[in-house]
Amino acid sequence: MIVFQKPKTLTDAPFHYCPGCTHGIIHRLVAEALEELDIEGEAIGVAPVGCAVFAYNYFTCDMVEAAHGRAPAVATGIKRARPDKVVFTYQGDGDLASIGMAETVHAATRNENISVIFVNNAIYGMTGGQMAPTSLPGQVTQTSPYGRDVKTAGYPIKVCEMLSALDAPAYIERVAVNSVKNVKNAKRAILKAFENQMQNKGFSLIEVISACPTNWGMTPGEALNWIEEKMIPYYPLGVYKDQTKEEKP
Amino acid sequence: MAEKVLMKGNEAIAEAAILAGCRHYFGYPITPQTEVAAYMAKRMPKIGGVFLQAESEIAAINMVYGVSSAGLRCMTSSSSPGISLKSEGISYLAGCDLPALIVNVQRGGPGLGGIQPSQADYFQATRGGGHGDYHLIVLAPSSVQEMADLTMDGFDLADTYRMPTMILADGTMGQMMEPVLLTERTKKEIEKPWALTGTGKKRKHNIVTSLSLVPEELEKQNFARYERYRLVEENETRYEEFMMEDAEICVVAFGVASRVSRNAIIAAREMGIKAGMIRPITLWPFPKKALRQATEKVRAFISVELSMGQMIEDVQLATQCRRPVTLCNRAGGMIPDPEQILAAIENTSEKMGGVLV
Repeated sequence: MIVFQKPKTLTDAPFHYCPGCTHGIIHRLVAEALEELDIEGEAIGVAPVGCAVFAYNYFTCDMVEAAHGRAPAVATGIKRARPDKVVFTYQGDGDLASIGMAETVHAATRNENISVIFVNNAIYGMTGGQMAPTSLPGQVTQTSPYGRDVKTAGYPIKVCEMLSALDAPAYIERVAVNSVKNVKNAKRAILKAFENQMQNKGFSLIEVISACPTNWGMTPGEALNWIEEKMIPYYPLGVYKDQTKEEKP
Repeated sequence: MAEKVLMKGNEAIAEAAILAGCRHYFGYPITPQTEVAAYMAKRMPKIGGVFLQAESEIAAINMVYGVSSAGLRCMTSSSSPGISLKSEGISYLAGCDLPALIVNVQRGGPGLGGIQPSQADYFQATRGGGHGDYHLIVLAPSSVQEMADLTMDGFDLADTYRMPTMILADGTMGQMMEPVLLTERTKKEIEKPWALTGTGKKRKHNIVTSLSLVPEELEKQNFARYERYRLVEENETRYEEFMMEDAEICVVAFGVASRVSRNAIIAAREMGIKAGMIRPITLWPFPKKALRQATEKVRAFISVELSMGQMIEDVQLATQCRRPVTLCNRAGGMIPDPEQILAAIENTSEKMGGVLV
C-alpha cells in the first residue's frame, strides 16, 4: 500500500530551491490541491519573477511566466479570456508587494476570480538576499546591512491587513509552513482558495510565511524557529477576510 | 450592402478590431486616443466581449499578454507616454512570440509633452522600444479608412507571424472624421497549439515564457525569431507611390505628413517641378527596396516628418546615401503646412539647377 507519494500534478523536474527553503513544501501543497480537486486539466498557472520563476517547470498544468510583479494582471487576462479555467498566480514578496503592488490591489478590488498564492519570506532570494517590502524592522540584508532602519526604509507591508480593508476581495488568509500543524493548515487554506474560484466567489489570496535559510544566514532549523519567534508575531496568522458565504451583487 | 459611415479615426480602429474578431480590450485613458477605450466600453458588453479599464498602462499590456497567451485576439491602445510604460510588456510579448495589436496615437514629446499630433515615436516603434532584440510590425495609416483596414490586417499579421503589431497613428488620424467603409472579413483562422487552454489531461503542459538562462538556447531563439522577421520583410513590406513615374524629387512621408505632402507635390508639379512621393505604409519593415530602386531616377529625397528627423535615417540607409536626403519637419505637436513642404521642394529643385524644361 502506498502511503506517501509525489502528487501527479508535479513534473519529474528536480526543484532548484536551496536546502531548507520552504518553496518546495508550498509547491507540493498547490500540486496536492490541483490533484485533489481534479483540476489539473483546467488549471493555468502564472509564475513570478523571483525564486519561483521556474514554477512553470514543476506544475503539470499549463503555465505562463509573467514580467516582475505583473502576474495578477496576466492572470486577469487569462481568466477573462477563459472564464471556465482555474487560474492561479504564485508570487513572492518582492514581486507581489513591491513592484507589483498596483496589480495586486486592483485585481483584489475587482474581486477578480483568481487564486493568489503569496510566498512571504521577508527577503529577495533570487538576487541574493536584499531587503524586501516585508523585511522586518532591524532585519539585516545585503541592502540593509545595518538592519532595516524604519526611519529611512519604512515599515514592512502587511499585505493581508491592507487588502482586507478593501470591500471586494472574497477571501484573504495568512498561514505558515514552519510546523506540521501549520503546513496542514496551509493546505486547507490553499484548497479553499481554489474552491472559492471554482464556486465563482472571486479573489482569494493566501499569504504563506516561508523560510529562506540561505539568505537569512541560518540553518534550516533555525530558520523555522525564526518564523515562529520573529515573523509570526509581526505577521499574525489567520483569516483576514471571508466573504465567501455572503451573496455578493 | 455596407455603407460608408462618418467616423473618428479612433472609433474606426475600435470597430475594425471588433470586426476582426477581437473581444478583449484593455486600456487606460490618455489623450488623444481615449475614444478607442470609450467606444470599446460601449460596444464590448453588448457583444459578449471584455472591456476593462486597467489600473495602468503596464497592467493593460500585461492583461493583453494574458489573453494572448490564452490564444485569443486582443488589443490595447494608448498615446506616446503610455506606450513607454507598455514597452516592458511589449518586449515580453516579443520574447514569448505572442501576437497582439497595440495602437499608438502619438502626441508631442518627450516626457509629458503635449496632446497635439506627432510622429516622434518612430524610433521607439521601429526599433522595438523595449529591451532586447526584437521588432514589431509597424503600420502607419494616413486616412480613417486605413485606420480601419490596417487594424484588421494587423490582427492577421500578428497571428500569422506570432509577433506584436503596432498601429502607429498620430493625433490627427485619431481625431479627424472621414467616411469609412467597414466590412466584416473572413477571419484568418490560425492554429495556436502553443496557447494556454488547459491540458485537459490530454497533452503535455504548454509553457509560455521568455526566460532562457542557457545562452546557446537564447541565441538560437533569437536567430529563429529573426528568420521569421526576414520573412516579414520579404512578404509584408507595403508602400504607396504618388506621381513617381518621372519624379526627380521624392518626398518620403507617412501618416498626416503624407497628406500634406500630396498637396505640396501637386503645387510643385504645377510649377513644372517633377516631384513625387513614396509613402511607407509599413514603417517596419521599411520599404527599403522601393527607395533603393528610386535612386535610379530620383535626384534628391526629402523626408517630411512631425519629429526632429527620425525616419530620415531609414531613408538614408535605404538609399545608401547615393542621393542627398534633406529634412522638412515640424515638432512638438506642430504639422508642416503645404507651403513649407513646397518651399523645401523648390529649394531642392534650385540646388539641382532649377526646373528642367
